[in-house]
Formats: sequence, C-alpha cells, structure tokens
Amino acid sequence: MQEHIDLDQKQVNETLLKDVVGTPRWWLPAVGFLGMVFLAGVGAFGYLLNKGVGVWGQNRPVFWAFDMTNFVFWIGISHAGIMISAILRLTQAEWRRPVTRAAEVLTVFSLTAALMAAPLTHTGRPWRSWLWIFPYDFERGVWPNVRSAFVWDPSAVMTYLTASTLFVIIALLPDLAVIRDRTTGMRQKIYGFLCLGWRGTPRQWKLQAVAGILLSALVLPVFVSVHSIVSWDFAVQIGVEGWHSTIFAPYFIIGAIHSGVSAVATVMVLMVWLFKWDKVLRPDHFDAIGRLLIIVATVWFFAFFLEWVFALYTLEKPELVLRELQVFKMPYMPLFLTFLVTAFFFPVPLWLFKNVRRSLFWMFVTTISVNIGMWLERFLIIVPGIIRRQPTEFNWGSYHPSIIEILILTATFAWVAMGMLVFAKVFPLVPLFDIKEGMVGRHVIKIGRKIVPASIRE
Amino acid sequence: MMPKMQFKRSVIGLFQPGSEDTVADSMDALKAGGYTEHEYELLTGTPYPEGTFGEAEPKHSLFRYPLIGAACGFIIGLILTSGTQLAYPLITGGKPVLSIPPMAIIMYEGTMLGAILFTVLGIIIESRLPRLFMGAYDTRITEGWIGVTVTTTEDRIGKAEEILRKSGAREVKRGWEKS
Repeated sequence: MQEHIDLDQKQVNETLLKDVVGTPRWWLPAVGFLGMVFLAGVGAFGYLLNKGVGVWGQNRPVFWAFDMTNFVFWIGISHAGIMISAILRLTQAEWRRPVTRAAEVLTVFSLTAALMAAPLTHTGRPWRSWLWIFPYDFERGVWPNVRSAFVWDPSAVMTYLTASTLFVIIALLPDLAVIRDRTTGMRQKIYGFLCLGWRGTPRQWKLQAVAGILLSALVLPVFVSVHSIVSWDFAVQIGVEGWHSTIFAPYFIIGAIHSGVSAVATVMVLMVWLFKWDKVLRPDHFDAIGRLLIIVATVWFFAFFLEWVFALYTLEKPELVLRELQVFKMPYMPLFLTFLVTAFFFPVPLWLFKNVRRSLFWMFVTTISVNIGMWLERFLIIVPGIIRRQPTEFNWGSYHPSIIEILILTATFAWVAMGMLVFAKVFPLVPLFDIKEGMVGRHVIKIGRKIVPASIRE
Repeated sequence: MMPKMQFKRSVIGLFQPGSEDTVADSMDALKAGGYTEHEYELLTGTPYPEGTFGEAEPKHSLFRYPLIGAACGFIIGLILTSGTQLAYPLITGGKPVLSIPPMAIIMYEGTMLGAILFTVLGIIIESRLPRLFMGAYDTRITEGWIGVTVTTTEDRIGKAEEILRKSGAREVKRGWEKS
C-alpha cells in the first residue's frame, strides 16, 4: 500500500475498539429500526405459516419467485467473505488487512439470510426441512433421496456456513483477548472465557498464521462447490430450457463474486462513514477493491454473454421464445434493461477512473447499483424461465409479488444489516492483530530521491 | 512413599514497545542463566516474524488434523449416501441403485466439512487452548508491551527476576502460583 497512517498498538486498540467499549449514539436507533423491519418480516412469515404459500403472488407455473431469488442472491453475497479473505490471504495482499473480518462476517449473516429465504419460507413447512437431509424414519424405512439437488444444496450450504463461522471465531481469539484486557467485571469474564485464555505466545501466533492459510485453502473448494450446487438446483432440471445450461455453475460463481465483492466495498464505505475508521481504511483500499471489481465484473459479463450465445446458437424455438420474453416483453423488458445498466454498464466504466475508485460516495453508489442489478439477474433467470408457456401446461398464470413476499425480502436485508451492526458492537469488525502485524512489518525505503513505503513479509 | 509436590512460581518481565533487541538479549540471558526453553515464554500483542527475539521455531502437527478429518468426513458421506439408497432403493429402470454423481457431491461436502472441523479442533489443541490458568500476565501486552515470563521452582524464581531486571525489563512482577 502506498498510503498509510502509522499507529502504535495502543492507538490501534483505541481506534478500533471505541465502539465496542462504548456505544455510538446512532447505534441503538439504527438497530431498533432494523429490528422493527425484521419483525415485520417475521410477522409476514407467521402469517405465511398460518395461511399457507397461497398468500404469495405465485401462480402456476410460477412456483419459484422472490424466495428463490433471495436465496440465490444472499448465497451470492456470502461469497464475499471467502473471495476477499481467503484469496487475498493466500496471495498475501496487504490491502486485505482491514477488510477480511467484515467480509467474513458478511458471509455468515448473508448465509443465514439465504437459509431464511429458502428452507425457512420456501418449503412451507420449515420444521420438516431437516428431514430432507438426514435419515430419520426408522419405523417406516423412508429415507432422503440423495439424487435430489435439494439434498446436495443444504449439505453444501451448511458446510459453508459451519466453515465460515469457525473461520471468524478462530481469527477472533487474539482480538477477544485485547477486549478482555480493556474491560472490567462481568464483561472481562465473558471475553476472557471467549478468548479461551489467549496470551500471545509465539506458538499461538504461529498457529494463528497457519490457521488463516490452512482454513482459507480448505474453504476455497467449498466456496466453489456451494454456488455450483446452487446453480444445479436449476441446471439439472430438464423441463426449463433457460435453466438447463452447462455454463450455469461458473456463471453463478462469478456472478456471486461480482455481487459479493461489491457488497464488501459497500460495507467498507459504511465502516468509514459510521465508525470513522478512515485511519485504517484508506483511499488506497477502495482503489484496490475497485480494480478487483473491474476484473470480476468483466469476467462475469463474459460468462453472461456466453450463456446467451449458448442459448441462441442452436436457434431452438423454446429458447428463442424465452429470450424474447426476457428482453422484449413487459414487464421483463424494463427489468432486463435496468439489470444490464446497474450490474455492468453504469458501474464498470466509472470504476475505470481513479477518482471514482477513491471516492467513498461513488464507490457506495456503484456497488449498491451492482447489487440491484444482480438481484434482478437472479429474478430474470427464475421467473421468466418458468413462466414461459409450454405445450404440456394448462395453467398459464402470471406473477406479481405480494406484500408478504416484499416484507420477507426486506426482512432479510434488515437481518444482515442488523447482524453486522450488533457484531460490530460486541466484537471488533476490523481484525486488530492483522492491522498491528501490518504496522510491525511496515517500513519506508529510499529510492533515489523518493521515500516510498514498503511492507516486510516472511 | 508419594513424591513431594514441587510448587512452581511465575514471574513476568515487561519491556516497553519497540524494545525487541532488549527482549532478545533478556532471552539470551535467561538461557545463559540455565533456564530451559520450557521455563521461559514470550508474550506479545501482535505476531512478529519468527525468530525476531531469537526464540526457537514452534513445532506443531496441525497438518495431520485436516487429513484425519477429511478421511472421517469421506467415510460418513459414503455411509450416509450408500446406506440411504440401499435402505430405501428407488429403482429406476436399467440404472444401478447406487447413483455415483450425487454420492460424489455429498461425499465431497462431507470430506471438506470433516477436514475443516478437525482443522479447527487442531488449531485449538495445538495452540494449547483453552488455558484456564493465566499465570504471570499483564494487560499492557495487548497494548504493545512485550512480556517475558519465567515459570520455575520457588528456589530459582528470584534469580530469574534478577536476570529480567538486569536485562532491561521496565517492570518485573510475580504471577500466580502454579503447581
């Protein structure tokens, strides 16, 4: 990194723990508001359980709509953590340091939001969801069907959620010890218990460093498998032409990275705006993630282009009808145009400018724009895909989201935002030890007449 | 006859932030004073490059854990998928009862989950956590101060204190007793 502000370890603690030890004034009203939005969603969910899925706007043949769109969207956002944390950790990218934990925590909360969206609401009887996965009926000998994509899906998502949560917990241990040393009374006892008696011996630091690399290497293959398997929920079905595509797995993965990395950039901006962490999150960090986004967005657009080429190349009538529906028919045409503009044509040209990449406001606007587009992308894959009229169907209903679906969708966003804020109040959202390690290894070197910062690594 | 229980005591020498060289000298002095590597320990609030203080490289066997976990996860995945299909066969004309592609997916996830769970377990065990007994410790360590603790028998603790003071520790204090 070319720009940094030198802080000693005490200053790092004071800067990054001020909102854990104290409480910012805006925190309680913000969490209260998000909590109310979330509770409205919980109320809608209760109504759904009581009345059944008929309260949704779904009409045959549209059996999947907002719930599955939300599921795929939040699984996509969850890819933020591993993309930023694991890949940048493995490549020893210096700019990862202030960002990794926020990305990992975003992963955990967005995965729980995905689970809320699909198994909890989509199944209609969520209390029986787990019975898909585990053998349970010893009396009648009825077992889950492992050939169903809906058995693969929970196995992948639960593995990813378990791995991501443990990743966060392990990396938190040294920072919990810092809070233990800064608090008193019951809080000190709780943090002391949570940090497992961390002392900071060379052995513990060595294991912490190895753990970061080893867990990154282990979570990466899971990260690839999760969105591949989510894409197979669609792609292994032969009845819906728009979904039955071999490119779906890589297309979904790169789409997830696009929306996930954008969400991390949004969170980074909010970290500076809300917590005033501008001493550790410098314009250089935004510049770096902006450059990464240009590459990711371009690869995603290429995959999107290929998906269309594969679909249209055969000139089969069902595919042509589906694509016509997606692009030229109402109400999907404006949604399709909005998707293209917000996911690619608005943000990517702007990211080419250094001033935009280094501007908090523009990074916020462009990354929010990407996620509006990426939500629409999933909606446009799911709903027009199944609404297309097929010769063997006799119910040709349309789809309009009901207020219940909109409330549940809003609740998932409130849940993730509230979760991040509550986490930031209880635990440090920026890894203290990672920042301190960066400060220890930081140095300046003189090249000719210029003094430039350098980072020393093992 | 029962052997007499040997009580141990802890002492910590605190060094100011930025005094890495002094700490390295104090560790050398402890070594020269006859203290073994099992008796003294370094405490820091941040990871330093290995060998900064002349300490020995910590040995660990963390890399075994994911392999054991992966094997366990693979076996559980195999039993779960083949067992359910054999116990409740869904016979489709001309196709084997055991369908390999979906089995491979679930076995893969099981393998990875086993590897990750065992790795986390390994990190905790190899880090010697949880540590219920903190011994000599100071909260300034997480503010950048560097601590050198010596845990030894009652008769050798005084000499350790003296070495730490002489080698530049700004403060030396006793910790809890350890048996």
